[in-house]
Amino acid sequence: MEYFVQQLINGLTLGSIYGLIAIGYTMVYGIIGMINFAHGDIFMVGSFIALIAIIAFGLTAGSSLAVLILALILVLLIAMALTSVYGWTVERLAYRPLRGSFRLAPLITAIGMSIVLQNFVQIAQGARVKPLQPLFSGGFTLMELEGPTGAVFRVNLSFAQILIIVTTVVLMTVFTLIIAKTSLGRSQRACEQDRKMAALLGVNVDRTISLTFVMGAALAAVAGLMYLLYYGVIDFYIGFIAGVKAFTAAVLGGIGSLPGAMLGGLLIGLIETFWSAYFSIEYKDVAAFSILAIVLIFLPSGILGRPEVEKV
Amino acid sequence: MNAASPLLSVRGVETYYGNIIALRGVDLDVHVGEIVTLIGANGAGKSTLMMTICGSPQARTGSVTFDGTDITRMPTHEIMRMAIAQSPEGRRIFPRMTVLENLQMGAGVTDLSHFDEDLQKVYELFPVLKARRNQRGGTLSGGEQQMLAIGRALMSRPRLLLLDEPSLGLAPLVVKQIFAAIAELNRTEGLTVFLVEQNAFHALKLAHRGYVMVNGSITMNGTGAELLAREEVRAAYLEGGRH
Repeated sequence: MEYFVQQLINGLTLGSIYGLIAIGYTMVYGIIGMINFAHGDIFMVGSFIALIAIIAFGLTAGSSLAVLILALILVLLIAMALTSVYGWTVERLAYRPLRGSFRLAPLITAIGMSIVLQNFVQIAQGARVKPLQPLFSGGFTLMELEGPTGAVFRVNLSFAQILIIVTTVVLMTVFTLIIAKTSLGRSQRACEQDRKMAALLGVNVDRTISLTFVMGAALAAVAGLMYLLYYGVIDFYIGFIAGVKAFTAAVLGGIGSLPGAMLGGLLIGLIETFWSAYFSIEYKDVAAFSILAIVLIFLPSGILGRPEVEKV
Repeated sequence: MNAASPLLSVRGVETYYGNIIALRGVDLDVHVGEIVTLIGANGAGKSTLMMTICGSPQARTGSVTFDGTDITRMPTHEIMRMAIAQSPEGRRIFPRMTVLENLQMGAGVTDLSHFDEDLQKVYELFPVLKARRNQRGGTLSGGEQQMLAIGRALMSRPRLLLLDEPSLGLAPLVVKQIFAAIAELNRTEGLTVFLVEQNAFHALKLAHRGYVMVNGSITMNGTGAELLAREEVRAAYLEGGRH
């Protein structure tokens, strides 16, 4: 039981990170119907920007908690802002000129942008892994149990985990409200449903699409910082595997659906963690992708995706 | 603006889809306070003209002028912000937004200080929209969707309302209701309307002036009553159509 609770906490943390990245995939797919394969690398860039900012501020575990939290908020904002510029630029350079071209064209440039970003970071930052000393040590011990052999097993909820889960919940709420209630959100949904009609109502479609990329990139930057704080090491290649996982999460939840992306992220995080904990860690990716295959057989549009047929 | 110059003026417009010509030098005027209709068979280019006015696609040659401004080369969203609104062919309401959200989309380009007032006006014109305001657009009937498309266009306080085939696929009673609403708006608010229709009889009866389009060119024009009386118009567009 204690082991289960501990894995649940770990799974939710990992799932939050996947979910934040998955939102970028799902929003872009919703509005222009393409998979932005460079999104995983945007997440990686966000992670590097966060690391650079943390080092520049001279943050260490020794800094006082108040300083640490304030500085991290600042780091988060810097990472979001700069990563958004990357997201915007990728869209402007590689996708917008191909809008109206055949469907595969932007997909190919997306893969190209992914390679460009990876190599750019590899050259600029080096190919070695970059470590970050843990900024938060400690946390809460939720349960403590003495086993039959006298060994003590503790269920821990670390400060980093709390930070990740709380930040994710807050940002998800904010973004859901933006999409549901603001005129920007309405314009985004309008472009998603009928781009030509949106233009006929005075919506600047290009600008709306750009803003969607910016929002996705900002969330990816958040995920990048969280990943950095949680694992403590990053390299230029982390965007690939995290991107594939997050994309899987978006498809599992129903691509195009915002709550679906979050749910898919949590599920993938939980499946991976539990599979590693109870079965074998080598096959955790196989488990995650198998679940995806099984779900798609029975629910082709994902868990919360909408069926293709619409009465118009 | 001097009273004689038209609100919308189309001069020598040619529009192509790729290499295929769709409009062959169209001239057309709409004056303030008028209802002008464009009738013609399926595929004549009526909707293409409507979309060309909105800059999507843009005219290859010729010019479109609105209130003295040349809008031929302006992007669509900027044209629509000049107080032109369109209720397009096929209605194109947003199926996964509520009726209210669809109307909010219509108001998107104006300042929101008179949103509530405009909303009440649309609800008065089409009370069914008020009853269905929290329902998703895709669940409305065809007639209700058409009312929503017109209501959405009106939310931007347009000086020129472009209506593309509002009667298409609707029951005669609903068509009557919609045409009555257009006439009412024109009479009480002085709304300028450019109406594209296949339903020639109703359209010509409603309109002050009309144009007939055949194969991408304007072949006739005159007042609604004149065109209704012309033998060619009756033979081509009315016989069997209304009785």
